[in-house]
Amino acid sequence: MLEFILAKYNYWIYILIMMIGLYAMLAKNNLIKKIIGMGIFQTAIIIFYVSAGAKRGGTIPIIEHAHGAEGNAVDVLHYINPLPHVLMLTAIVVSVGTLGVALALALRIYGRYNSLEEDEILDRIDQDETATETTGALPTTMIQS
Amino acid sequence: MINPEQYPILIVIVPFLSAFFLSITGCFKRSLCRPIALLALFGAAAAAVGSLHRVITTGIIHYRLGGWPPPFGIEYVIDHLNGLVLVVITLVALLAAIFSGKSVERELPGKEPLFYALFLLLVVGLLGMTITGDAFNLYVLLEISSLTAYALIAIGQDRAIHASFNYLIIGTIGASFYLLGVGHLYIMTGSLNMADLASILPQLYGSKAILTAFLLILIGVWTKMAFFPLHTWLPNSYTYAPTATSCLVAPLMTKVAVYIMIRMMFSVFTPAYVFHHLAMAPVVIWMAIAAIVGGSLLALSQRDFKKMLTYLIVAEVGYMVGGIWLANRLGITGAILHIVNDAFMTLCLFLAAGTIIHRTGGHHFDNLKGLFHQMPLTMTAFTIGALSMIGVPPTAGFFSKWYLILGSIQAGRYEFVAALLFSSLVNAVLFFRLLEISYFEKPPHQENTAHGPVSMVAEAPLTMLVPLLVSAITLIVLGIYSGELVTKIIQFAVPAGI
Amino acid sequence: MTDTVTSIIPLLAVLVSLAAVVPILLSRKRPNLREGWTFAAGLTKLGLVYAMVGPVLSGKVLTYRLVEVMPGISVAFRVDAMGLLFALVASILWLATTAYAIGYMRGLNEHSQTRFFSFFAVALSATIGVAFAANLFTLYLFYEMLSLATYPLVTHHQDQEARMSGRKYLTYILGTSIGLVLPAMIITYHLTGTLEFSPGGILAGHVSGPLLTMLILMFVLGFAKAAIMPMHGWLPAAMVAPTPVSALLHAVAVVKVGAFSIFRVMTGIFGTGFLLSQHQNQLIIILAAVTVITASLIALTQDGLKRRLAFSTIGQLSYIILGAALLSPKGMLGGLLHIAMHAFGKITLFFCAGAIFVATGKKNISEMAGIGRRMPITMIAFLIGAMSVIGLPPTGGFISKWYLVLGTLEADQPLMLAVLLGSSLLNAAYFMPVFYRAFFCPPEESGFADRFNEAPVWCVAPLVFSSLMSLGLFFYPQPFFNLARLAVQAFTG
Repeated sequence: MLEFILAKYNYWIYILIMMIGLYAMLAKNNLIKKIIGMGIFQTAIIIFYVSAGAKRGGTIPIIEHAHGAEGNAVDVLHYINPLPHVLMLTAIVVSVGTLGVALALALRIYGRYNSLEEDEILDRIDQDETATETTGALPTTMIQS
Repeated sequence: MINPEQYPILIVIVPFLSAFFLSITGCFKRSLCRPIALLALFGAAAAAVGSLHRVITTGIIHYRLGGWPPPFGIEYVIDHLNGLVLVVITLVALLAAIFSGKSVERELPGKEPLFYALFLLLVVGLLGMTITGDAFNLYVLLEISSLTAYALIAIGQDRAIHASFNYLIIGTIGASFYLLGVGHLYIMTGSLNMADLASILPQLYGSKAILTAFLLILIGVWTKMAFFPLHTWLPNSYTYAPTATSCLVAPLMTKVAVYIMIRMMFSVFTPAYVFHHLAMAPVVIWMAIAAIVGGSLLALSQRDFKKMLTYLIVAEVGYMVGGIWLANRLGITGAILHIVNDAFMTLCLFLAAGTIIHRTGGHHFDNLKGLFHQMPLTMTAFTIGALSMIGVPPTAGFFSKWYLILGSIQAGRYEFVAALLFSSLVNAVLFFRLLEISYFEKPPHQENTAHGPVSMVAEAPLTMLVPLLVSAITLIVLGIYSGELVTKIIQFAVPAGI
Repeated sequence: MTDTVTSIIPLLAVLVSLAAVVPILLSRKRPNLREGWTFAAGLTKLGLVYAMVGPVLSGKVLTYRLVEVMPGISVAFRVDAMGLLFALVASILWLATTAYAIGYMRGLNEHSQTRFFSFFAVALSATIGVAFAANLFTLYLFYEMLSLATYPLVTHHQDQEARMSGRKYLTYILGTSIGLVLPAMIITYHLTGTLEFSPGGILAGHVSGPLLTMLILMFVLGFAKAAIMPMHGWLPAAMVAPTPVSALLHAVAVVKVGAFSIFRVMTGIFGTGFLLSQHQNQLIIILAAVTVITASLIALTQDGLKRRLAFSTIGQLSYIILGAALLSPKGMLGGLLHIAMHAFGKITLFFCAGAIFVATGKKNISEMAGIGRRMPITMIAFLIGAMSVIGLPPTGGFISKWYLVLGTLEADQPLMLAVLLGSSLLNAAYFMPVFYRAFFCPPEESGFADRFNEAPVWCVAPLVFSSLMSLGLFFYPQPFFNLARLAVQAFTG
């Protein structure tokens, strides 16, 4: 059993990190903490991909001494698989983009509700709601425009 | 004339490059943005129709990006299924873009370049997801469409920001699950090309890792399509989004996610694996029933017609997922037909809602009072959309429902029949309640607001009215020609071996 | 024996009133021109329908296939004797009702007359569509179209009462058609792979036992327009509509569409031979008989004239269902004839009720004592209409009832004979007092001066016409009688 766990330790680690991230995303009250959780979550997936492509003792997939050197037939066993790593470059770009949008949204939420705590934000949304209902006024954005 | 060989790439590249071009020209001349966007979408629509025509006449198109052969390069594949979905996406986006002019001017003054650039990028994401034959490429495009959607939603009313944030968190979880699933597939097979995966996977069907991969992908896609109970992000973000955004996002996003589910189930995995190896179809059908019943009941409890429509989207997703998991030809035909029909139905209803919001300034039931008198054309179109949702012939909604019910009878799933009929009846109640308010109740007296009396409730400008009426007429045309649609296209889209 | 001819006339007959909506809407500012369009469409429709009588009587069946919407299912028309009989009734009475509606709507200065005439035209298209439907799908299509087109007519007054009635109307009509007919239709398609009406039925050999019973019930109750109990609640509620609507739609088009649909399904989908062999008609006979008696009893207690007529209609509709369910040639002949005979009789009664309302503003029977002296033409027409509904000679109603009675004997259902005769007595009991008190009440009880003062001529002329038709049909029932006989021949082979 222990062997089973140890043999695939990289997977167990990624699952652990992922769960931490997921927990933060779903359970935390503070929006920034949610965003941090999202970062952890996405990193876990990146680790998963990268570790899947890694290889003990493998080298980067560039053919050394290609010119003129003899006996240098390409042996796949010596190289790590580059594709998952390249894919993760793209995934990192995506996660940076997501992070950027998330932070921008958090900023706007803070600007509007003056808080980053979800419960307080929801309270204020409720207040706005009842305010418009009692006065019968149109939503503010509609009137501004 | 452009070589028809190049249509597949044009579908994506035209709106993509236009988005950049548009954001640059927008800096100098804002009024150019909308024409550029319209032109780009028109081009994409023409290319999509051309591709579909080629698929019908000559068969499946394989397009290799940069000439790299699969499985090394990225491949675009257009078959009957995604050829149809591409046409739907481009046409719906085109109509929504035509509609959006006045509403963006009013709701998002000064933000036209931003809006239209994001609008085009969102469409690019959706088109790319539909056209690509590569599982990882699909992830990237999924996130492109989602990120632009978060942004497009967040520029709406105040509440939209928080709704969009929630959507972002849940959406990211969904996309990450999908990515994880693809990762598992890659580890097991070493390939990301869908056709290649499909050829390798059958030897590995016993593996637990493959099962995990399938479930992860499924959950990821379900989150993106707001499949009950993963729908919580949808109603608020679609309700409070700007009118123009919701008219684009509501008809398309969930439908494309359903398409991805079909693609994954039948083009990467096989029907035999999904339906026979995994005995989960009954569970999924019960979930679909929960989606239909839950969505309908939640819609019933709303007093805000835009929000009501968003809950109906949740119910409609149940139709499609359930139809596919019926695992017979009729059910899948119905589900695919419903992708098309529901896209136009939702478009019609959201355009009508958008027109009403534009004229009355709100989306509460009270805003509907007296509208049959003041906006007869808009309300006629709304009524046609409503009839299609209820499933009254000859509107399109009837026919997909017909196939779905027939499929569930054939599969012996009478509980799904009951759910479909229940939803029809609830829809009838929902929409006739709205129609009653707009038909019987007198419009409120003119109120003096900060901007003078709001008395301008009359038909909307033509740029709004025309797309709305076109979408309503489309519903009837789609209904009458649904036989053609099924025999010429959809029957080839149903996977062999079912 | 029958030879099938492709002809575009059925399609044109359906579309002509639908097409008339456009000029009606365009000429909304000029009422005379607008009503001119309605008349033009009505005359064209009648001409087209009448043009088919000759060919159909000579044994031809006219068909037209519009478009195939699903494998094996198309929007298609097929004109046989039975459909033509119904279409002929509906298109004759549309003309009469249009004339009446002009008198009524203008007499009362109703609002939104353009909307009224537009939806009226749509409703007529739907009715003819049902009559000429070649398959269950086409029938369902036009059935739903009729439900929706009549909603704005029923709720024309747009007040709270109309809203509630409209809600009830839709709940019954749409609820049953979506909840019962649609699944029944899909099950039928699932079992047989087709929905085409065929003289011998299509379900024979595909279904039996409880499922068959369930299907029959789903169809019979699902076509709630036939108002068979307990699906009758919408009909009295729908009487809030302006009287021309009640007259045409709730004495002729809508309710007869329900009865006609049940007739069609029993003969074209189940097949008379199949139903007889499975002994499944007894259930429908009982339902119909209960409705006949109960509705007549309720009608006795109603004071509102239109409500009394409504319950009378519920009872009379079940005569038609009963005739169909007897499955004997004479019974079915009687049922089909009753579609026509009852239509002329009942529409006269509704026209009278409306004329009284226009002239005096009175709605209740208790207020109508002595009205005969003021409105003698109307009340004599009322008498003729009532006689026809009761089934007394010399009116058309006698003929259909005669055949129904013969049908009960032929089918060996003596109990049903009693039901029919008992119901006739009840009909007399709820109609005759109205007439009697109108003419023969003591002068001191009369609420009206003796002065002759009828409703506008546009109101009176149609009711005179329809009452004369009721009389005339006793002496000359040929077109309807021949069509009905031909139809029955087709069912029984």
